[in-house]
Amino acid sequence: MGLLSLAIWTPIAFGVVLLALGRDDQVRAVRWIALVGAVVSLLVTLPLYTQFDLSTAAMQFVETRHWIETFNINYHLGIDGISVWFILLTAFINLIVVIAGWEVITSRVNQYMGAFLILSGLMIGVFCALDGMLFYVFFEATLIPMYLIIGIWGGPNKIYAAFKFFLYTLLGSLLMLVALIYLYVTSGGSFDLLTWHKLPLGQTAQTLLFFAFLAAFAVKVPMWPVHTWLPDVHVEAPTGGSAVLAAIMLKLGAYGFLRFSLPVTPDAAHEWAGLMIGLSLAAVIYVGLVTLVQTDMKKLVAYSSVAHMGFVTLGFFLFNDLGVAGGIVQMVSHGFVSAAMFLGIGVLYDRVHSREISAYGGVVNTMPKFAVFAMLFAMANAGLPGTAGFVGEWMVILAALKVNFWVGMAAASALIFGASYTLWMVKRVYLGPVTNDHVRHMKDINAREFFFLSLLAIAILFMGLYPLPITEVMDVSVAELLKHVAITKLN
Amino acid sequence: MIDKISLIAVYPEIILLVMACVILLFDLSVKSRTRTATFVLSMLTLAVVAAIQANYALSGQTIYAFGNMVVSDVMGNWLKCFATLSVMVSLVYGRHYAAERDMLRGGEIFSLSLFSLMGMFVMISGNNLLVLYMGVELLTLSSYALVALRRDYILSVEAAMKYFVLGALASGFLLYGMSMLYGATGTLNIQEALAAIQSGQLKHQVLVFGLVFIVAGLAFKLGVVPFHMWIPDVYQGAPTAITLMIGGAPKLAAFAVMIRILVEGLMPLSADWQQMLMLLAIGSLAIGNLAAIAQTNLKRMLAYSTISHMGFVLIGMMSGAVSGQPEATANAYGSAMFYVISYVLTTLVSFGIILLLSRDGFESEEISDFAGLNQRSPLYAAIMAVCLFSLAGIPPMIGFYAKLAVLQALVASGGTLQIVLAVFAVMMSLIGAFYYLRVVKVMYFDVPSSTSGPITSPFEVRAMLSVNGALLLVLGIVPGGLMALCANAVMQMLAT
Repeated sequence: MGLLSLAIWTPIAFGVVLLALGRDDQVRAVRWIALVGAVVSLLVTLPLYTQFDLSTAAMQFVETRHWIETFNINYHLGIDGISVWFILLTAFINLIVVIAGWEVITSRVNQYMGAFLILSGLMIGVFCALDGMLFYVFFEATLIPMYLIIGIWGGPNKIYAAFKFFLYTLLGSLLMLVALIYLYVTSGGSFDLLTWHKLPLGQTAQTLLFFAFLAAFAVKVPMWPVHTWLPDVHVEAPTGGSAVLAAIMLKLGAYGFLRFSLPVTPDAAHEWAGLMIGLSLAAVIYVGLVTLVQTDMKKLVAYSSVAHMGFVTLGFFLFNDLGVAGGIVQMVSHGFVSAAMFLGIGVLYDRVHSREISAYGGVVNTMPKFAVFAMLFAMANAGLPGTAGFVGEWMVILAALKVNFWVGMAAASALIFGASYTLWMVKRVYLGPVTNDHVRHMKDINAREFFFLSLLAIAILFMGLYPLPITEVMDVSVAELLKHVAITKLN
Repeated sequence: MIDKISLIAVYPEIILLVMACVILLFDLSVKSRTRTATFVLSMLTLAVVAAIQANYALSGQTIYAFGNMVVSDVMGNWLKCFATLSVMVSLVYGRHYAAERDMLRGGEIFSLSLFSLMGMFVMISGNNLLVLYMGVELLTLSSYALVALRRDYILSVEAAMKYFVLGALASGFLLYGMSMLYGATGTLNIQEALAAIQSGQLKHQVLVFGLVFIVAGLAFKLGVVPFHMWIPDVYQGAPTAITLMIGGAPKLAAFAVMIRILVEGLMPLSADWQQMLMLLAIGSLAIGNLAAIAQTNLKRMLAYSTISHMGFVLIGMMSGAVSGQPEATANAYGSAMFYVISYVLTTLVSFGIILLLSRDGFESEEISDFAGLNQRSPLYAAIMAVCLFSLAGIPPMIGFYAKLAVLQALVASGGTLQIVLAVFAVMMSLIGAFYYLRVVKVMYFDVPSSTSGPITSPFEVRAMLSVNGALLLVLGIVPGGLMALCANAVMQMLAT
């Protein structure tokens, strides 16, 4: 079994064991097995980075096996510089989420932990799949555990949120399914992604395929104006669900752009780049303004996620290496930062059971240790230099300036909004005098919370101060991708 | 006159017929309420028949017997094997339910289901219009009686009446169409009819006239719009154990009859019947999915969902006969066959769970009866969830690959119209996802209601359900074997 298979199936195997363990009378054992599972799953992904060959853009750690011979569908895995970090990020966030849910989740613990472990394996599968149908299977299968996570452990309006999440994303991906089948038929019976990259396609076909992919990926990212599911879902999802959703699941859509939309339909991508840049800027500016007026902390972070993901899609459709690389860096950094923000809100929510900004005030007086972490995460969310949030946004803004001054200008304005809504929230929640009794009786974070928050803090600072390990692995792959996208596929 | 070869081809049918009579007599001496002895004997019979059929199918031979009246080929033998297994599973699931409702008295349920299976066998292996018709009648007559088995239950009797009246009408359609065909071609034999039509000397109008009636009759048996009216009433009204029996295996037989008549016999008219099937498919997908949303009764909801799934089967059926591409043709019919088999497998689970949760005086057929199942029994909630996700076509359940195969055949068969239809089909399955998810929601997110008691079903039901449910997932993870089996079976059928 190859390393990639191991990375996919280890968490899934642990998850299945947890589901089989049954009821809530062995909670301790369940938690420890989940923890061991998450740690082992993270460890098996580490060699993917340490053994990664920086000099080639070709797929590495490739595994190929026949899966469904009737349709020539293969179990074809492989990663390049674009995908390798997402696998590590997924395994890392999964571990954090398991620790974060340790005492918080008290009902049906085995199903909670099992769902997250299985979900993590499936998402790693999306990042490794080099077969269109394998990609789709993993991509779709992630909906099931997430639907259950939101619906079982979510807030008061969880059912509405779970349905909205499932049906909204299914709508997009079903159109992609038709596109995949069309590509299969056109390519003469192959679901191989790398074959599709070389497949010549006419203008109309490319445009239709591009929009079919856009339906799937734009909903997932989510891009303005199909972002409306995200705030509703984030508000109702349990803390761990929000963290995984923001940190990893949104990246599945953005990753899809890099694997499908750009290389399979390059001409359509160029033709519609203006539209994509427009939508991205709308996400950055308009959603940035919407974020300002939010009164619910989770909703605020959810909207700011949409704005941050706007940078990602903006970077991709500038078609220069700084933009694409910046977009990918932004994806990784947003993975850390958004997870940290949601888990921080979770820490507050566990104590006061409210997400309203107005329910807090002066938290720094009662929870000084936590306030330091919260401050750091907020600064990263606002894109302060020295934190992870800065690197990607700066790269994308620079790339945008190269292409068009006004696009760069508009993108840069987002930094102002980002600083405004984040700092204003920090002021209202943490600073000032203690406003009510709930806050007065809050206990500061315990060792477990300190542990996982500091893991995230280290990751965010490290990436902000020394982003080279992240950027150097993707250089060759991004250059190769852009070279490929520049060549027309029209015949 | 009857040679040895001919006998070999119908050994399973002979065993079934003999044993159905033997079981009827044997049951007179059985006094227990649960009829364990009769049940075991029926199971043994079915197991032997299934083994013989699998053996025939694996041998890969095609035998025409009794003067070309019947054919025993790979596709037919596999379908018969799966139909037998499906009846076995139905009996396992349904026995305690039937016993609690006093439906086992006289043991007719066993012999009637054997007779209905016999009817399916004749439908699957008939090579002559009249033989096929007799198979259809044997199946449906046994089904009418099965639906009415609970004499004191008014809904069942009503369902049986509806089923009978509409079924008789449909049989009339079918027979009328067959007689038109006979009048035009001068033969009842399928191959001879094919040859006569291929000669090009027959009047197209007469043939199409007959074809319309045949398609209408088949559409009724399959339960597709606009001939679907009986499905919701019969599914809901019939005792659940019987719903399982008429909703499962007979679909395999109905598929086989379509293949025998439309593909083997009327292939030159494919341009005509493909259009008809397309309209039926569009209607079924739309009405089946939309009407299912409004249902609060799970059996009725599953009935409407059946209609939409048969729409997908028809999409597979109408995507064959691509000019000059025999492989694409085999691919399309193979995908339809795969769809039917995976649908039957899933249906067994969905009704099996209803049977599992029902007990004396409690039908457990309202969606609200499933409230909080996850808290009461995580295993069966998980099995039902797998089943519903499979019906909704979410990977990695088997139902997804069925949809994939059918849509792939559709897109491969042509141009823009087919792609538009594929988009329409996936949009309809999005609507479908909504009502399946609603049941998952009830099971996982709601709290158990006070009416829900402990699960009292016997061990064999629980074990069988677990295996059955696991198969949906396992076959979803490794669907290659079953897909190849279907493709090969259809390939051989087309080759001979």
